[in-house]
Amino acid sequence: MTAPAIDAPQTLPVELQDRRAPAWWGVVCLIATEAALFAYFLFGYFYLGSIARGAWPPHGPPELRLALPNTLVLLASSGTMWWAESAIRRGNQARLRAGLGLTIALGAVFLGVQMVEYHNSDFGPRTGAYGSLFYTITGFHGAHVAVGLLMLLVVTARAWLGHFAAGRHLAVTNTAWYWHFVDLVWLAVFTSLYLSPRLAG
Amino acid sequence: MTSTTIRPAEPSAGLEERLGRIWETAPGLLGVLGTVDHKTIGKRYLVTAFLFLILGGLEASAMRLQLAGPERHLLGPEQYNQLFTMHGVTMIFLYASPILSGFSNFLWPLLLGSRDMAFPRLNALSYWVFLFAGLFLYSSFLVGQAPDRGWFAYVPLTEGTYAPGLNMDFYALGLILLTVSTTVGAINFIVTAFTMRAPGMSVNRLPIFMWGTLTTSFSVLFALPALTAACVFLYFDRRFGMHFFDPAAGGHPLLWQHLFWIFGHPWVYIIVLPAMGMVSDYLPVFCRRPLVGYTFVALATVSTGILGFGVWAHHMFATGLPPLSTTFFSAASMVITLPSAVAVFAWIATIWYGRPVVRTPFLFAAGFVVLFVIGGVSGVATAAVPFDWQLTDTYFVVAHLHYVLIGINLFAVIGAFYFWLPKMTGRMLSERLGRWNFWVMFVGFNLAFLPMHLTGLMGMPRRIYTYPAGLGWDTLNLITTIGSFVFALGLLLFLVNVWWSRRNGAVAGPNPWDAPTLEWSIPSPPPPYNFTVIPTVESRHPLWEVELGEGARSRLDVGPTLDTGRETLGTSALDAEPEQVLRMPEDSLWPLLLGLSLTVTAYGLLTGAWWMAAAGAALSAVAVTGWLWP
Amino acid sequence: MTLQHAIPMPGMLHPAGPAASPLASLGWVLLAISVVVVLVVSALVLTAALRAGRESTGVRRSGRGLSWIVVGGLVVPTVILTIVFVLTVRTLGAASPPARSAATIQVVGHRWWWEVRYLDSLPADIAVTANELHLPVGQPVRLELSSADVIHSFWVPELAGKTDLIPGQHNVAWLEADHPGVYWGTCGEYCGLEHARMQLTVVAEPPAAFRRWLDRQRQAAAAPSSAAALAGQGLVTEGACALCHTVRGTTAGGRLGPDLTHVGSRRLLAAGAVANSRGGLTAWIADPQGLKPGSAMPAVGLSGPELQAVVAYLETLR
Repeated sequence: MTAPAIDAPQTLPVELQDRRAPAWWGVVCLIATEAALFAYFLFGYFYLGSIARGAWPPHGPPELRLALPNTLVLLASSGTMWWAESAIRRGNQARLRAGLGLTIALGAVFLGVQMVEYHNSDFGPRTGAYGSLFYTITGFHGAHVAVGLLMLLVVTARAWLGHFAAGRHLAVTNTAWYWHFVDLVWLAVFTSLYLSPRLAG
Repeated sequence: MTSTTIRPAEPSAGLEERLGRIWETAPGLLGVLGTVDHKTIGKRYLVTAFLFLILGGLEASAMRLQLAGPERHLLGPEQYNQLFTMHGVTMIFLYASPILSGFSNFLWPLLLGSRDMAFPRLNALSYWVFLFAGLFLYSSFLVGQAPDRGWFAYVPLTEGTYAPGLNMDFYALGLILLTVSTTVGAINFIVTAFTMRAPGMSVNRLPIFMWGTLTTSFSVLFALPALTAACVFLYFDRRFGMHFFDPAAGGHPLLWQHLFWIFGHPWVYIIVLPAMGMVSDYLPVFCRRPLVGYTFVALATVSTGILGFGVWAHHMFATGLPPLSTTFFSAASMVITLPSAVAVFAWIATIWYGRPVVRTPFLFAAGFVVLFVIGGVSGVATAAVPFDWQLTDTYFVVAHLHYVLIGINLFAVIGAFYFWLPKMTGRMLSERLGRWNFWVMFVGFNLAFLPMHLTGLMGMPRRIYTYPAGLGWDTLNLITTIGSFVFALGLLLFLVNVWWSRRNGAVAGPNPWDAPTLEWSIPSPPPPYNFTVIPTVESRHPLWEVELGEGARSRLDVGPTLDTGRETLGTSALDAEPEQVLRMPEDSLWPLLLGLSLTVTAYGLLTGAWWMAAAGAALSAVAVTGWLWP
Repeated sequence: MTLQHAIPMPGMLHPAGPAASPLASLGWVLLAISVVVVLVVSALVLTAALRAGRESTGVRRSGRGLSWIVVGGLVVPTVILTIVFVLTVRTLGAASPPARSAATIQVVGHRWWWEVRYLDSLPADIAVTANELHLPVGQPVRLELSSADVIHSFWVPELAGKTDLIPGQHNVAWLEADHPGVYWGTCGEYCGLEHARMQLTVVAEPPAAFRRWLDRQRQAAAAPSSAAALAGQGLVTEGACALCHTVRGTTAGGRLGPDLTHVGSRRLLAAGAVANSRGGLTAWIADPQGLKPGSAMPAVGLSGPELQAVVAYLETLR
């Protein structure tokens, strides 16, 4: 490779706001390690399931009645987040704010429905190892959603303060990456806890 | 998108003065508590980790006094069990990794030709949380409830039924807190390495130390969450009566072991690979030649890191795993020695085909190679499943782990201090005292730990606070105890040398060893801005290019000055082409505040004071927001 | 018999049975390879280092040395490790449990003692003892291992490798002794405060002697004859002892501690902490927390004469 020309003056951008930004790399690393955490939680679930004497889950798979629509709610919130980020990429402040607001609302709905699901459930975190796993895994996911909502609130505040523009919205991008990650984790959790017992027959 | 034009220039007194004012740490308390200077943070890591080494060593000394003879009554079983647990926790978590983080922190930007780490405040946070996690763990002694169930904390022994006190809650929460520190540190190393290298420093020009820390940083991202998951499960079982490990309720004790060792085995590579990297970088300096087989060694480092994820069940051979499983893990545990053997012969070849100059760092490197191999072969013995059924949980394994941990980590580290401390302080250590230091440590260590192989073969199990007379273990244990105190004396000599050199060491100058890498092109100690101008490199050995005569011509005396604020150069991931100018933050108190609030949360969870935990969490959210607010 | 004489020298490299000898053979090979490798590498390092010059010289690269890495770092270790792996697999096969066994023994780990039950198709013929295990010379016995509390590990180095006792799991191991003798065992997994004092005695005897021993262990406790022993029996069966201990054939039916029906026949007490002599037994009952602090046995507070009577009775339980 040729050596870069350092004898002559060079014009370089200051603080790139795309995937070459260190902050973006940082969020990706954070996502990687948090994804590993959920992978290990699910390992616990499948390990205990594989050695369970008797049915697993012990009292039949968890109900889809609330969880399935809730999954769609969370997926929709990823959609609105994507929409918000595309908007600010083109400099559209109004749509950015609208998209962020919708995402927060949908995320809050998701958490609320999950609370209802917990309340209605006929087993708790102390109902055997299954209950402990179910509540810990979905609870940690819910905590990640809550953190995501906090991030969205801060970003929304900054959006209203006019911090963002086309080409200058790294915080929105990073929050979007985190939010999509939380969504993907939910798909993994949902598939493992709610769907896989039904698929096993 | 703003742009700026960078004009290469040569260093000048005015430039240095301007950069000094831009980069110097703020005065007073703000500077002390809020500094983001990676060199200060690195030195803090080194000092703190070394203090934990001393604490762990005192714990071990007490243990060795108790075990010097059969049926001694110096320590009762509970005291002994707390000591051996905290000895393990201290050495493995509070010394072995942070000491390497300290060197990495100090050296990373210097090796890269950069002015700072990618996330200077995150760097400060990783130190504060490390310090607070260590204090959190040790505060358990103040209430007489230090963790006492082994550093590996197997359930059900650590469940609420059998460990009703706070001991294991200190353990679980302290380790979770520590994982925060280690993880953010790893993120910093990865991102800095991929975005902030000097122009021309392609990945094949990185020092092996960087390959080591980079590999382990990725390992950290993927291994530490297993420990977090295990500790979360343990804490929830103990505190909220959940049932992850309770066989009567669908749980299983082996779930803990799997999760713990899926973390634990990569962790032992995390605490040795960077040390091996340091030796790969300083040994060649004393052989007056570049490392033999750089590519082999770099690949060996990465493959060890990856393979390290595939051997964990060799800690579980006696638990009743199916034969197919144990055979696989046995094979994998043997395969993983191959990259290490590659590294060993690279080092030997470097000495053989070089012109060795015996200075203290060379002695430590040579000793390290011998101890490495002893630890490696005892590891192969334990990898052979059926023989491991005899060896596991005996003093043979204690011998093995100390040869690999002290031999590979500590000896490499002390050699690294002799090599790099002059860069940090500007003063050389005494060469004469250094030789005494090495030999006393080497003799003492082998006197202590070589007999342990025999003690284990003669049937002495681990983790026993006393043993009966007449089993043939008495003399061996006495020799081990004597050796351990000789070894401790050797470490004391190191501390004396460090103390002596502060005032009496010869002035080091920029490059006392005639070493090849970028950190030796700047003054000792380095100015706060590291490089007056950003260098451009064309080889692995910028400062040896003239002598090696291979045509490379790095430019160290002309480069971008980046002096309109705290700025450094961002470059592309693989080939290090200049890409952007990065602005670095000033000193800040947010990292300290976040570290404190996380610790408050931990104490709240420890004591069941949920209001405290909630307050700590809320403060943490505030601190993060304030930190990230532009 | 003092403690010193009661405990033989343990050693995994001096196997006394077919479950352990393949392991020891493999172990000797590994140790031999290890010593050779360490000596060779140390010699290389030393020789290379001894070519050192006094003064530092200029830097140069010779371009040689890669063959060392390939041969020493890859080829030779691969050969050695392949041999070791093949030997490992063969040893696994050689040490695998035989199809039939002379007895099936259930071993349940407790903190900090070993419950030993000789299973039988007739429940009445199940012999229960503690901390001591007998087996017939030249015949394999099957061990079914589990735990009543935390993880322990069954380890008699001269007869077999370790197998863990894990609550919620049933592990299987096997033992066989080639010659008669007394073999030392210990718990091989940290199990808490008195993990250091959880020894096990394994006695191998000729098959006829073993059968006589087992028959006697199956029987209920003999009725005492002497006045002191009778008084002791009264104290044991109606006092605090019966809350934790069983003496078959009496009303003492506690299940928390070791079965005492034939305690007099055992070589050691308290899982190896105390010699089974009049002095040892007396000292143990008088002050268990002093000899094994943290163990589950409390000081029951017997007076001098009461203690003597209890000891007299227990001594008759052979």
